[in-house]
Amino acid sequence: MNTIEELVIEASGAERQYWNDLWRYRELFHILAWRDLAVRYKQTVIGVAWALIRPVLMMLIFTVVFGRIAKLPSDGGAPYAIMVLAGMLPWQFFSTALTESSNSLIQNSNLISKIYFPRLIVPAASVITSAVDLLISFSIMAVMMAFYNQWPDWRVLYLPLFIALALAAATGAGLWLCALNVEYRDFRYIVPFIVQFGMYVSPVGFSSSVVPEQWRLLYSINPMVGVIDGFRWAILRGGPQIYWPGLFVSVGLTAALCYSGLWYFRKMERTFADVI
Amino acid sequence: MSDWIIRVENIGKRYRLGRETRGSYVTLREVVSERFKGLFRSQSLGPARENDFWAIKNVCFEIKKGEVVGIIGRNGAGKSTLLKILSRITAPSTGRVRLRGRVASLLEVGTGFHPELTGRENIFLNGSILGMTRAEIRRKFDEIVAFSEIAKFLDTPVKRYSSGMYIRLAFAVAAHLEPEILVVDEVLAVGDAEFQKKCLGKMQDVATAGRTVLFVSHNLQAVSLLCSRGVLLRSGTLAYDGGVEEATAAYISSFANGSDSVESPDRRTGSGEYRFTKASPVRDYFGGAEEKTIHFEIQRRHNHVGRMWLSAFVVDSAGMIVAQCDSRLVDCLIGDCDGISGQFRLRSPWLKPGSYRIDLFICASGLVDVWEGACSLNISPILPYQNSVSEDGVKGGVVFADFSWQTGQGANQREFFAINGSSRGVPANTTFPRS
Repeated sequence: MNTIEELVIEASGAERQYWNDLWRYRELFHILAWRDLAVRYKQTVIGVAWALIRPVLMMLIFTVVFGRIAKLPSDGGAPYAIMVLAGMLPWQFFSTALTESSNSLIQNSNLISKIYFPRLIVPAASVITSAVDLLISFSIMAVMMAFYNQWPDWRVLYLPLFIALALAAATGAGLWLCALNVEYRDFRYIVPFIVQFGMYVSPVGFSSSVVPEQWRLLYSINPMVGVIDGFRWAILRGGPQIYWPGLFVSVGLTAALCYSGLWYFRKMERTFADVI
Repeated sequence: MSDWIIRVENIGKRYRLGRETRGSYVTLREVVSERFKGLFRSQSLGPARENDFWAIKNVCFEIKKGEVVGIIGRNGAGKSTLLKILSRITAPSTGRVRLRGRVASLLEVGTGFHPELTGRENIFLNGSILGMTRAEIRRKFDEIVAFSEIAKFLDTPVKRYSSGMYIRLAFAVAAHLEPEILVVDEVLAVGDAEFQKKCLGKMQDVATAGRTVLFVSHNLQAVSLLCSRGVLLRSGTLAYDGGVEEATAAYISSFANGSDSVESPDRRTGSGEYRFTKASPVRDYFGGAEEKTIHFEIQRRHNHVGRMWLSAFVVDSAGMIVAQCDSRLVDCLIGDCDGISGQFRLRSPWLKPGSYRIDLFICASGLVDVWEGACSLNISPILPYQNSVSEDGVKGGVVFADFSWQTGQGANQREFFAINGSSRGVPANTTFPRS
């Protein structure tokens, strides 16, 4: 009898058991991420091309508005379009991941009220799904680089670190928002606003070097500033130097966001099925 | 060491009324305004705990390996909450549950089916949601497809399936789960009679295969057929635990108490904007053919926008719904108002002697109130016919019919059969009952 693992369900759940479960349910994680991907472009005529069209159009508009009309300077002499794209890709990833993950629990409410699994799987799967779009849209970057004949140097090897930072920022904020969304549906309206607002306060259409030096540190409170600057540093040949204090702030805040997001999610998770 | 596989120790689950139970969510505005009010009336925010209610409380039992246990009780008695705790969907507020083995819960067929995905894809999706590994699904894939009888449509998106195909596929996946403990809720309530029979057969296989099964149902016949042991819940506490026959008998007799319902309206399911507060038949006993009138009262709890209608089920002692009386069919809709009182009149069919349970419903786009066992109708043992005959003459059939027989002389016999043949087998000289 002792060989059978005994499971205890109590008012205050065991922490270790939860992480074991997360590992045990990894197949469900795969399959939910696969489902989201499979469903995303079903019954669309051009399918995956949608992952490309949005960043391309945004890049064109921002290049015209900020580069041509406002005549803002580019980073280290890189073509303005490439600089915009280097900021657009992580931003698009972040905004999609945030939107998808904050709605994920509600969209899967039928699962949550009928089946047990570590709820963390749901927002995590939607962040991963958005990351696939990011990988697809890197092909635009390759095309643009070929067009301008601007190839990155060794620094591109550091790109995965910044992708990880973007992933962490999106997960942290997503955990907060999806847990809040279960209880207060107001966040359905707040999230699109955050995303729209965020695009203008993040250095997507312009280089963060246009921000006055004394505001630079304050500006870095937005974790996406560190991510976007990092992307540009890694991708643009002869791009801007990394603004280290700003990057530290971004990384620190992202870590705090992730940690607190996880804490809040775990705290609320026990009542999701009752409230949703 | 004892040989239990499930051990429930003193569990309880507390809900805050008017929130979780209503199934609605709070908005920030409500929270903010509550807090704001609290600034001025700080004592009102204190432990205003009269709003709490315990969906289940102090429930203890043990289940041995291989037992098949039926959990019965009225709506709101805490069955679903108990299942949700056992399958870890929600956490108990007090106490603990110890499980020795993998639990698979089947609270609904087709959980997580995605309409855009094909049948094949949904088998994998649903299978892993129910807790099967991918290797397991691949191994049983052919069996699942064969059981579902939809092999031809395996690569068609599920949204194009008929509802029958959908349920067959969903149940086929669920039927191939092989956990140590299976928790099943009311799944047999969906689908047509043939499907229900198939489900029941499969459940019986599972039960005889030595697996531990917890089975919640209103279908008492299914419960007594499948289960060896019955657990009766009443108002969230354990009312009876023992043999299945005794448990179902205790359950049936709990309805005999009639209109003085033990359950408070807030324990009932439904969104709860309006609740039935009273339902009483005008007489203790009705004759079988007599018009049966039930007075009811409805109270407003919250605002509700839009029209509502009422419905009543007449349920016999075996749990079968003899008649469903939806007020839309007879052009009766109700709008927003403070309270309603009225009568429900049942003129036909003629009911056989015995006791019938009346379930009342208020419906809008969803269920507003579900009052199971709102009252009971007692039908007097005096037959509604002129004569009486031996038991053989009346025992067939579910209800009594208002009928008559007419016969002619022997000379007309040929004519009789001729007419009979041309009118779809209905004897021409029989007059039909009219309402």
